[in-house]
Amino acid sequence: MVEQSIYPKDQKMVITTNQVNFFYGATQALFGISLLIPAKQVTALIGPSGCGKSTFLRCLNRMNDTIPHSRVEGEILINQQDIYAPGTDVVELRKKVGMVFQKSNPFPKSIFDNVAYGPRIHGEKNPRRLAEIVEQSLQQAAIWDEVKDRLQANAMGLSGGQQQRLCIARALAVGPKILLMDEPASALDPKATTRIEDLIGELRTNYTIVIVTHNMQQAARVSDYTAFFYEGNLIECDQTPKIFTNPREKQTEDYITGRFG
Amino acid sequence: MSRSRKLFITDKLMRLLLMGAASTSVLVVCLIFLFLFKEAGPFVLNPGIGKLLDSQWIPVSFQEEHFGLGPLLSGSALVTALAMLVTVPISVLVAIYIAEIARPDEREFLKPFIEILASIPSVVLGFFGLLVVAPLIKTAFGLSTGLTALTGALLLSLMAIPTIISLSEDALVSVPYSLKNASLALGASHLQTIFLVTLPAALPGIVAAVMLGIGRVIGETMAVLMVTGNSAILTFSPLASVRTMTATIAAEMGEVPFGSVHYQALFWIGLILLVITFALNIVAQRVLKKYGMMK
Repeated sequence: MVEQSIYPKDQKMVITTNQVNFFYGATQALFGISLLIPAKQVTALIGPSGCGKSTFLRCLNRMNDTIPHSRVEGEILINQQDIYAPGTDVVELRKKVGMVFQKSNPFPKSIFDNVAYGPRIHGEKNPRRLAEIVEQSLQQAAIWDEVKDRLQANAMGLSGGQQQRLCIARALAVGPKILLMDEPASALDPKATTRIEDLIGELRTNYTIVIVTHNMQQAARVSDYTAFFYEGNLIECDQTPKIFTNPREKQTEDYITGRFG
Repeated sequence: MSRSRKLFITDKLMRLLLMGAASTSVLVVCLIFLFLFKEAGPFVLNPGIGKLLDSQWIPVSFQEEHFGLGPLLSGSALVTALAMLVTVPISVLVAIYIAEIARPDEREFLKPFIEILASIPSVVLGFFGLLVVAPLIKTAFGLSTGLTALTGALLLSLMAIPTIISLSEDALVSVPYSLKNASLALGASHLQTIFLVTLPAALPGIVAAVMLGIGRVIGETMAVLMVTGNSAILTFSPLASVRTMTATIAAEMGEVPFGSVHYQALFWIGLILLVITFALNIVAQRVLKKYGMMK
């Protein structure tokens, strides 16, 4: 069920998934997910807890690889390349597909070292170049002005919202094309949430963003396309205004009107 | 007396009883300190505390007796330092393997062996040292005797390794998954994640583990008594025979005249040992607490 019609004709697609099944041991968590992720747009994945939206997101940068006894079937193409094909370089994949987690997870190191971590492990040694990358990333993540005078301070001393923006900066520092966000604002207060949402609005000019959220208003505010998951199935995907005003499926309507979930 | 009143009183009594039981350990520690002080105390006046700073330990002599703790302290320090040099890298690497790399079945296989190693009586390790390690060292370095500081250190590291492994492993396991995931998601390999994120985050716990290991090693008696050669000389050569503080007490306590100056000097050694291990334990606990790694 790959729907091309909901996207503008000239819209480029970055990720194509074809009949993706996912298993935790014997338990199937995803059932035949076929979804297109458009370039430089924000796609929101919504659905009740346990519907598989996070599992699906984590398939896109193979973070599920770390879970013992898990298994993926089907095809996930990023820029026409099957990321589960044998011989795929997971390091290269994760450089291209950055991830921001639900709970901010800065390393217990300095702000500078947090952002420089990615470039360093990928071989960047030149201190001037590193400093450039760090500044650029922090600016893109709209946190530069708050931390520029204390780059050597420990990142654990930042507020929750700042930590999350630092984590976004850290992800950007590796130079990804795609950014996966797993409920990035669910642990933040409303003001910090607004800042993250504004940031997503700014980042969409340069990055393809896939965001998992259980907050429907948030999906409505930040995304261009919304995909609704329910019990491991993709129920429907459409332009965000359409999903929230005139969904095709009864289940979607029930969910967004708050009848369940 | 009303029923509720009775209940109230039994409650109070039980509380007192249990608190008494729990306080015994505090009481015992205090009593031991007190007792050591009492026995060691007179030495301060006669022959004077300065005698402990002598450079030699010759407690029984027809000429002048010497009670310098220097050679014994240096013996303990040398053996402990050597033991740690061997123990720390091995233990940390093993802990990393068990905590981060081993498959569950490998872990289940390895952990009991490490625990068994911890429970071998030190006298038995001493036999092993005398019959296996000492001859090996003797031939390897072409010495006249295999009973050296290094021999003792190797045996002690066998005792410290299990402690440090299991405490370091706890520290590594308690590093939140979210940090490891953050590193992996940035494209770091498993090994990069271990050495650049997990290990630094677990470092306070590992440092505390090492300190507790040092405490164990410094206080160990039997094995070192058997294999370090028992010569109280001030040296920093790993291949020299030395004598540690613990071995001195164990070897001389049986023959010393009760209440003599020599007897008091031995109690000074005990006092210093106790202070050292006490301090190590307190610092280790502090470190663990500060970084929230206390179980």
